[in-house]
Amino acid sequence: MTVMQHVWIVLGVLFVLLNIAAGLIWVERRMLAMWQDRLGPNRAGPLGILIVLADTLKLFFKEDWVPPFADKWVFIFAPAVVVGSVLMSFVIIPFTPQIIVADLNVGILFFLAMSSLGVYSIVLGGWASNNKYSLLGAMRGASQMIAYEVFMGLSLMGVVMLTGSFKLGDIVNAQKDMWFVIKQPVALIIFFIAGIAETHRLPFDIPEAESELVAGYHSEYSGMKFGMFFIGEYLGITLISAVTVTMFFGGWLGWSFLPPWAWFFLKTFAFILFFILLRASLPRPRYDQLMETGWKILLPLALLNLMITGAVALLIRG
Amino acid sequence: MFSHIRTIWLTFLHLFKRHVTIQYPEEKVKLHPRWRGRIVLTKDPDGGERCVGCYLCAVACPVDCIALQATEDENGRRYPEFFRINFSRCIFCGYCEDACPTYAIQLIPDFEMAEYNRQNLVFEKEDLLINSQGKYPGYNFYKVAGMNAGVKQKGEGENEDAPVDIHSLMP
Repeated sequence: MTVMQHVWIVLGVLFVLLNIAAGLIWVERRMLAMWQDRLGPNRAGPLGILIVLADTLKLFFKEDWVPPFADKWVFIFAPAVVVGSVLMSFVIIPFTPQIIVADLNVGILFFLAMSSLGVYSIVLGGWASNNKYSLLGAMRGASQMIAYEVFMGLSLMGVVMLTGSFKLGDIVNAQKDMWFVIKQPVALIIFFIAGIAETHRLPFDIPEAESELVAGYHSEYSGMKFGMFFIGEYLGITLISAVTVTMFFGGWLGWSFLPPWAWFFLKTFAFILFFILLRASLPRPRYDQLMETGWKILLPLALLNLMITGAVALLIRG
Repeated sequence: MFSHIRTIWLTFLHLFKRHVTIQYPEEKVKLHPRWRGRIVLTKDPDGGERCVGCYLCAVACPVDCIALQATEDENGRRYPEFFRINFSRCIFCGYCEDACPTYAIQLIPDFEMAEYNRQNLVFEKEDLLINSQGKYPGYNFYKVAGMNAGVKQKGEGENEDAPVDIHSLMP
């Protein structure tokens, strides 16, 4: 591919992703409303879709305030980290065989590394805010993400074993006959739970837990800095959904009446909707319950899954 | 664990339920006839004020939002000189309606009384009086009251016999 083609792919991916992240404002609020027998935003534009525009404009024109007691530069830097790290992870997502920014041979490791970097945003944001609630949220966020990061990686290793490659393109191609969701159902469940915790979405929104910690690590943020956290969260949902689809649901693979990119987006969208459904239905666990499930149930389960997968793979290969 | 999955499934099923939202300014709420909303002063069938200025509503009011001053006309009929309800205090409990002995003060199904200026929520008598009998048509206090206040003569009221002529020997 020429340099221009690469540039176009990068710009196209950026454009689509940021628009999806913004559009999710509307999707989430409408879907939540429907699951709660309400209507949701329906005034601005057809079906209320212009709420996206209104919300964005509102965020842009809000006062962009840095509290006098905050650590100014870290405070400004923190929101950029979350968006940056999530966008970096999208580099390795194969949307179609052609549309992929960089099919790294350490693809999954790169994704895990980048999603771990996202925790810096929470910790730095909470620390720099110099506020009790923010700090509590940041501490919770850090320990939650470290705990869930561990078996998030372990659960994906089963898939890697079956494929024999970290490359996401190879992983998708290895699912031509059978999606990995059938071979690795436990891994899928563990990965998805870890993914929810990783994006700190409900029910695992413990770092922001608005009923306990005001707004957790971003209590002090306003305007577009808050907007960055906001966009980062929606990008995180999209990322986890996209990775789930790539790893377990055959990525772009599908019947030929739809083009590959459409399959990818359909599958990803289904998982995004599932994220929103979880928000509509499940209550937030207590902090210690979250850590206990993580370390005492999900981590051993992930290890067990890895061991059995390894044993079976060895047996078959002989 | 299974209860969680069941919860998720049940929430998902709500996708196919009708929404309960009433899109208010376009779609009005259906209020029942006895709904307790804005307070009005009603009139009797002859068009006179029903209120006799007994102060019972002002006494019953738990937030003291009713103020009035009773007076009499030349026939001895009592009526309020002024009658003031401060709707920024009113809690729409309906005690005034219960207390009223002449069915004058009534709560009607209307809640759309938002104002930009707080002072506009203080309703005077001319704002409260409506040209209607409200929930009790046909009732006229001075028709059933014993005294003559220019509405009826002695013995001409409802359910009232003509006065006995004590000088007559007839049974």
